[in-house]
Amino acid sequence: MIRSPRRLELWHVVSIGILAVYGLFLVYPLLGMLKDSVLTADGSFSLRYFQRFFGERYYLNTVLNSFKLSFATMCFALLVGIPLAYLYNFYVIRGRAVVQVLIVLSSMSAPFVGAYAWILLLGRSGLITRFLRDSVGIEIPTIYGFNGVVLVLTLQLYPLVFLYVSGALRNVDRSLLEASQSLGTSNLKRFFRVVLPLCMTSILASALLVFMRAMADFGTPLVIGEGYRTFPVEIYKQYVGETSQNYSFAAAISVVAIAITAIVFLLQKLAANRFSFKMNALNRIEPKRAKPLASVLIHAFTYLVVTVSMLPQAYLAYSSFRKTNVFGNFVAGYSFDSYREAWRYVSKALPTTLLIGGLSLVVVVLMSILIAYMVVRRRSILNNTIDTMSMLPYIIPGSVVGIALALAFSSRPLVLTGTVVIMVVAMCIRRSPYTIRSSVAILQQIPVATEEAAISLGASKLKTFFRITTPMMANGIIAGAILSWVTILTELSASIMLYSAKTQTLTLTIYVLVSRGIDGPASAVATILMLFTVLSLALFMLLSKNRDLAL
Amino acid sequence: MSVSITIQNAVKRYGDAVIIPDLSLEIREGEFFTLLGPSGCGKTTLLRMIAGFNSIEGGDFYFGTTRINDLDPARRNIGMVFQNYAIFPHMTVRANIAFGLLNRKLPAGEIAARADEFLGLVRISEYADRLPERLSGGQQQRVALARALAIHPDVLLMDEPLSNLDAKLRLEMREAIKEIQRSVGITTVYVTHDQEEAMAVSDRIAVMNGGVIRQIGTPRALYQRPADLFVATFIGHTNVLDGELNRNGAESGVTLAGVHVPLQTLAGDAGPQRVKVSVRPEDFYLAGPGAGVVAGVVERSVFLGLNTHYHVRLPSGEAVEIVQESVMEDPIAPATPVRLGIKSQKINVFDEAGAVSLMAPLVGA
Repeated sequence: MIRSPRRLELWHVVSIGILAVYGLFLVYPLLGMLKDSVLTADGSFSLRYFQRFFGERYYLNTVLNSFKLSFATMCFALLVGIPLAYLYNFYVIRGRAVVQVLIVLSSMSAPFVGAYAWILLLGRSGLITRFLRDSVGIEIPTIYGFNGVVLVLTLQLYPLVFLYVSGALRNVDRSLLEASQSLGTSNLKRFFRVVLPLCMTSILASALLVFMRAMADFGTPLVIGEGYRTFPVEIYKQYVGETSQNYSFAAAISVVAIAITAIVFLLQKLAANRFSFKMNALNRIEPKRAKPLASVLIHAFTYLVVTVSMLPQAYLAYSSFRKTNVFGNFVAGYSFDSYREAWRYVSKALPTTLLIGGLSLVVVVLMSILIAYMVVRRRSILNNTIDTMSMLPYIIPGSVVGIALALAFSSRPLVLTGTVVIMVVAMCIRRSPYTIRSSVAILQQIPVATEEAAISLGASKLKTFFRITTPMMANGIIAGAILSWVTILTELSASIMLYSAKTQTLTLTIYVLVSRGIDGPASAVATILMLFTVLSLALFMLLSKNRDLAL
Repeated sequence: MSVSITIQNAVKRYGDAVIIPDLSLEIREGEFFTLLGPSGCGKTTLLRMIAGFNSIEGGDFYFGTTRINDLDPARRNIGMVFQNYAIFPHMTVRANIAFGLLNRKLPAGEIAARADEFLGLVRISEYADRLPERLSGGQQQRVALARALAIHPDVLLMDEPLSNLDAKLRLEMREAIKEIQRSVGITTVYVTHDQEEAMAVSDRIAVMNGGVIRQIGTPRALYQRPADLFVATFIGHTNVLDGELNRNGAESGVTLAGVHVPLQTLAGDAGPQRVKVSVRPEDFYLAGPGAGVVAGVVERSVFLGLNTHYHVRLPSGEAVEIVQESVMEDPIAPATPVRLGIKSQKINVFDEAGAVSLMAPLVGA
């Protein structure tokens, strides 16, 4: 531990600055929301919003539905993601690299875009639905409602499980498996008795992540859920006010939602503590060639999952070249009209997206490096507070971030609604817990001796931080930054409450087009966003030595 | 410029836990001084207090006559070599070595010249423009050593620098370290838990246990006249036997395993008492019948090439290990009765608690 000097130094100022930022943009809006949820219009204390919430089946159901939905999505994502990661890392699969890229790509669009594509495929007048009805005579079960939402979210989120578990398997030493084999364990037994427990920390972490993402997702239930009401949609409705605006009730729903996510978060931590051990593989697992029949099955499963999860995006890309009528609905034939039309939106939304995304990324990366350094290297009460504070957004669903910010900054003294600033703040709050956690993990792996060496050679603490600590963290930070970039590009649930005509991003544009049923341009903009995402990823792969994506 | 290091009544606490209660130490100018002890004995803690990376809860630390307690580590002018090398992974070997020189704002020409000088000194010139991750552990440690020495530090601090290397490299590097330290002539504080390594490189060694220095001395003094039973057992191998110190006028000696061994090496003021006797395996020899010879029975033997080790059970029930140079015949078979002579000038006698040596000081060490 480096000696803590008594005088006030720069790092104390940074700590206080960061705390102030958290105070203004996180604590103040959340407290404001809490206040709104228990105060009536005339300013007296009242629990009537909560009474109304728990009293009416309809409202209670929105939160229960969200919970059911998230839980089901989590289970299915694990059921797909874990076997896929196991097979991918243990057996030879043709086209490994392509398979991995496609899995990653399939997670990188906004979920509601996938929902929209599935409607085009399996909806009432979807391509596959019509084909099966007209030429085969089979009526497929409806895609709308609970099933559709779970399908879309599972296909969207299983890649997280795949990436987490693959990461864990990279740290499993081959000798552990060889030991279990030499002790007479069959492959199947080995999977359940050795592989699964070794990866349990990562499995639990990915399960929590999937649950939180599903819980917070706003667009999918709205697009494909039809009558299936979830709480982010309800918050939005109460805030925007289809019938009448009710901020206080929206706030009350938000408080209940946070309570639920907080409980899930704590339960996960409790479970994860039972499996905390460190692994470091001297000899990584190498994929083996499976027996012919098994190999066919392994390939069939892998390719099926990848194909199904890429299908929506592929079909959207295809649709974007179809002819549309004046209302933007598809008709027979092909044309570039959708792109011509889409450019009107993209030419405005792309610079906005780049500005908001770029600013958010810079802020998130900067905060992550600073906070990681203070939490890991300069432990103090102040910095422990920052540590706790930085994890707070993890349990706050996007819609709640949106409404809390909207309520806090729509009136004097600080009016920010509709500005770029509030969009950047929302993006940073949504994304920062992930990048901060990964930065902390990176810094914990860097031995402090390297920094002490620099100091013993006469470098000041500040110089050591910039010349030694930051460059050593850089590789890992870049890996995390690319995922931040993509999630920022596709953020919807918070920004939907905060955007204005000036700050409409590409994702918001797609949402607006989809909700208005302007299919052609919607699929064209979605395809452009996808291409843009792929380009970002390719650029990252080109620039970075590190081929492993960190989450 | 090399300096002496003086530590007076040093105290180290972490919260309520006292790691070093009260430690004083004098390290001479240009000396290769080693802190040796089992893990957790406080040796690394003390080194890091000298370096400035650990706070000092009490006492005074001096480099020469300058008190350094409150001096920032960056201003102590120390060269430090770390257990895991702590090479900057994003800089070339040359940039690593130049790092400290740049901090001192030396002219560019001098920086280049000095970097070259030390690249040559530790013999890694050919790797100067490589990134360190492509170097072996031994080469990385050479970089670390060059980097620490290039700034012309007042003292060189080394924290278990060889423990991450394999056995063969360890031998090679410890020779290199010793040689480079001699040629530079810098005051060096070296931390290790490996007593053989300590003996090989050090001018003097401080043996530590539980935050307390048990003995400071040359390698020979520690081995031949350990100050207490802990040092006797920690440095090298030894057999500890119960004994009785007797004095009969001018004649004195110890009785162990029922045999009287006359000793000329006891301290003059050591009176008759129950004692612990440390007899190293090589201090026994196979003897014929005679006075001062212990009878025993061989239990098993281990052939190790140069030497053969025997485990011998004495009539007192105590078991001892003895070492004999290997012979061209089969080792002595188990259950064979043997007689053991004792090289009496080499054995050490302690009080019954093992806390105090009852031997006269060693001559010449």
